[in-house]
Amino acid sequence: MEFLESVTITPFVQIAADFPVFFGEVVFNGLLTGVLYSLVALGFVLIFKASGVFNFAQGAMVLFAALTLVGLIELGLPVWLGFIITVGAMVALAYLVELLVLRHLINQPDIILFMSTIGLTFFLEGFGETLWGSNVKKLDIGVPDVPLDIAGMLVNSFDLIAALACALLVAGLAFFFQYTPTGRALRAVADDHQAALAVGIPLKKIWIIVWSVAGIVALVAGIVWGAKSGVQFSLSLIALKALPVLILGGFTSVPGAIVGGLIIGVGEKIAEVYWGPAVGGAIENWFAYVLALAFLFVRPQGLFGERIIERV
Amino acid sequence: MNQAAPADTDADPAASGPILNLNRISLAFGGVTVLDDVSFDIREGEIRAIIGPNGAGKSSMLNVINGFYHPDDGTITYKGETRARMRPDQAARQGIARTFQNIALFRGMSTLDNIMTGRNTMMRRNFLWQALYLGPARREELEHRAHVERVIEFLEIEAIRRVPVGRLPYGLQKRVELGRALAAEPDLLLLDEPMAGMNAEEKEDMCRFVLDVNDEFGTTIALIEHDMGVVMDISDRVVVLDYGRLIADGSPDEVRGNEEVINAYLGVVHD
Repeated sequence: MEFLESVTITPFVQIAADFPVFFGEVVFNGLLTGVLYSLVALGFVLIFKASGVFNFAQGAMVLFAALTLVGLIELGLPVWLGFIITVGAMVALAYLVELLVLRHLINQPDIILFMSTIGLTFFLEGFGETLWGSNVKKLDIGVPDVPLDIAGMLVNSFDLIAALACALLVAGLAFFFQYTPTGRALRAVADDHQAALAVGIPLKKIWIIVWSVAGIVALVAGIVWGAKSGVQFSLSLIALKALPVLILGGFTSVPGAIVGGLIIGVGEKIAEVYWGPAVGGAIENWFAYVLALAFLFVRPQGLFGERIIERV
Repeated sequence: MNQAAPADTDADPAASGPILNLNRISLAFGGVTVLDDVSFDIREGEIRAIIGPNGAGKSSMLNVINGFYHPDDGTITYKGETRARMRPDQAARQGIARTFQNIALFRGMSTLDNIMTGRNTMMRRNFLWQALYLGPARREELEHRAHVERVIEFLEIEAIRRVPVGRLPYGLQKRVELGRALAAEPDLLLLDEPMAGMNAEEKEDMCRFVLDVNDEFGTTIALIEHDMGVVMDISDRVVVLDYGRLIADGSPDEVRGNEEVINAYLGVVHD
């Protein structure tokens, strides 16, 4: 009975008591983490839409990008130059993936393509660590990390700047997809491969573009996460957190990835702070997956995903 | 539409040279022969019909022409250039546009965006320019947009400009698909059953569009169609396929009287 009360009544009483300042802080912190989830999920969505491939290697790309950047900075390069070179490396990676993997697997079943991205994951993890070593590295990109006081809420300046940068990137991508000819071509490819070919859209070029964009998105996610918790192997596990985001938002929807990321970010923070005490904490680690599971029962295509109706 | 130099509409298509020559094309999937030693040509400015019973290899023929399928044997001469294989995006770049039997539109995109993709091969600014959305890229977009508006006007689909095509009725979707093909200002237009599943009125409209495109812009058209009335009315020459073999090739009247065609496809005429 006491337990029941601690999960049904106490949290709400607590929320009411904390309103607005502390509760606002919790939500705000959740949003900041959420933007990062959105970013990683976005990398998945881009590739899934354009090539129908569930890119298991997205997390490894985050790790690889972050490792490369840290490695270059350790070699003595300034941050901005390291960043540009790493972007170049991610574009080169996209090109090689198309040349060595995707090109040879056209018209193969989805599961084959999926397996090939698992292979890519192992390769990237191994290759990255061979190049740059496997110890935990500190990534300092020169963004101040001090607590700020915004309307009584304590917010980390690094988190704030990172969230703004991510939000800008997401908005930029959304604009690019909606309003430019290349964006239109990308949407066309996502919609119907054959028709896209018939109007003269070169599929291979489009694939290189989406993998490059996914690589750059991975780099940004890697920088933010790496700067917060160090560049280490566990970065590649971020990809796992993107899965519930995708289930929530829908695998084919860019807005879905964004909203899904925010919902999960905020949801898990609130759950941790207010429901955590009742069950002994650490809700943050599994809350997203349970939420996704519940979502699968109710709306398997996600919030914004296309409802797939198959004629049988 | 600002198609270059409108063709002389009164010219007899039979007098002009072939834009496309198919020479001894064979194609098999595994053990199934789809096309068997098929040769015919398509002359500049004509309307060429390809007919035959289901499974005769008509759609496969179109797929060979625009590069979806690569023939096992034989050569294709397009605009004087002979080759054994071509990629679909190259075909599109060289002026071959097409529609599909089972409409292949980008369902989530609006009518306007769908037709804009038809201009894709003509976009010159690379994607960095586009990403910045600066002057030249923007101007280019507007020019293409103006052209697309003319296509929309021509096909009388102004009212559905912003509607996602997935929501349109079948007949209109077919029209949008034609629009996408026309936006590319093709030299050779391939239509795979443009009138299938349409009612009499929609068919009439579609016939009118096909004839107008041919007349006004001098576009060469190859079409597959099952409605014999339509085929005999609008085409200049007809080729008949059966089980992947070519069994007749000639004017509508010649084909109509051909014994083998009657047996394979048309059936006995009851007067």
